[in-house]
Amino acid sequence: MDISAAFSSALDLMLRMDPKFMQIVGLSLRVTLSAVVLAALIGMPLGAWLAVAKFPGRSAIIVVVNGLMGLPPVVAGLIVFLLLSRSGPMGGLGWLFSPTAMIVAQTILVLPIVIALTRATIEELWGEYHEHLMSLGLTGWRAIPTLLWDGRFALATGLLAGFGRASAEVGAVLIVGGNIAGYTRTMTTSIALETAKGDLALALGLGIVLISLTLLINAAAYAASRIGARFAG
Amino acid sequence: MTHSILPLVVDNLTYAKEGRALVDHVSFVLPKGGITIAIGPNGAGKSLTLRLCHGLLQPTAGAVRWSGDARGPRRHGMVFQHPVMLRRSVIANVTHAIAAQKSHRRAEDALERFGLRDLASRPARLLSGGEQQRLAMARAWALEPEVLFLDEPTSHLDPGATRQIEGMITSLAKEGVTILMTTHDLGQARRLADRVMFFHRGCLLDDASANVFFGATGSAQSRAFMAGDLIW
Repeated sequence: MDISAAFSSALDLMLRMDPKFMQIVGLSLRVTLSAVVLAALIGMPLGAWLAVAKFPGRSAIIVVVNGLMGLPPVVAGLIVFLLLSRSGPMGGLGWLFSPTAMIVAQTILVLPIVIALTRATIEELWGEYHEHLMSLGLTGWRAIPTLLWDGRFALATGLLAGFGRASAEVGAVLIVGGNIAGYTRTMTTSIALETAKGDLALALGLGIVLISLTLLINAAAYAASRIGARFAG
Repeated sequence: MTHSILPLVVDNLTYAKEGRALVDHVSFVLPKGGITIAIGPNGAGKSLTLRLCHGLLQPTAGAVRWSGDARGPRRHGMVFQHPVMLRRSVIANVTHAIAAQKSHRRAEDALERFGLRDLASRPARLLSGGEQQRLAMARAWALEPEVLFLDEPTSHLDPGATRQIEGMITSLAKEGVTILMTTHDLGQARRLADRVMFFHRGCLLDDASANVFFGATGSAQSRAFMAGDLIW
């Protein structure tokens, strides 16, 4: 199959909204969005607390979290695999080779990004706000809701960065999901598999969707920073 | 009516950093009412004294004693030289400050009173310097403080905006809010003060009614300051 033929069948797949194709796109979005939401719920309060709190070992934690932003997806996958495998500590849950396991693995990938970016954003904001908030009696954890809300535009950019990382990775979902057709096959794992098999049309179609998604994310991040700039003056 | 937190007794207040006393054994009593102005050159310890009184800093030695219970819902508010504008609308800046205790109605009254009603939905950070300072005053007023600390509230404003803020300070004082403010502007002290405290190098050198202070009976340093000499 030559490349131009592959392109036209890819477009055909997309325009027809081929069920198999849509199922793969849908699963990818569901897994990645769930992971980002989970990472946001856990990571934003943690990052904000890390920004405001003072305790011994804080610097070490910040360094570790920053370092984990570069955690290789295959290693994250391996860790979750070991945790969820039959003989692992959480093997009883029966999550391995399911979308749930993929969500767990991607949450682990996104979490350090959310914590680190939230920490950096909130720490800067706290430096500016702390006298005013202290004057209102909002110290320690009571300052956190105000800081998270006022950092909302910068935090949105951080979440989009996390979404970008999770939607593009192959290693973690491949290891813990198992790339089972119709069940745990995502855009990235399909591209790897179909390319190897020689079904370039499906691989290209999914590739186009992934690239469009990346563009969309960047447009959204740019819009968030522009809207933020209007409010920040 | 809850019990008054005044008089405020400041007793040998000292604040040191790296062994240097930036506020050095300052003592005074702040009774109810009037405008008290702490004046002096930059670095004299005026702003630090205000922050210590407001509880933003912990004294190295000495004490700040309020008469009643000054904790809980704050009975004393502070307006900063460069007020923090939350990344929200004008009215949201006020409702945030009073959220825990008071209604939206109070926030609207505050904006009305400080001439900000038409700007209510604008992002606060896009206001002019004078408008931001008025918002900071409105925000502090909305908390119904008994005492208001103002730290150089007009130092970066033009004469028109300064006149507005000064008018607001005077009318707050007439309503019974006790004002303690700092300035390095002698003219402003003359216009507003009932009582003047002159700070120099962390020490409170003179503390007198405005009439007596401007009658030039004070310390050599305060007379030099009034004569326009550059003291530091």
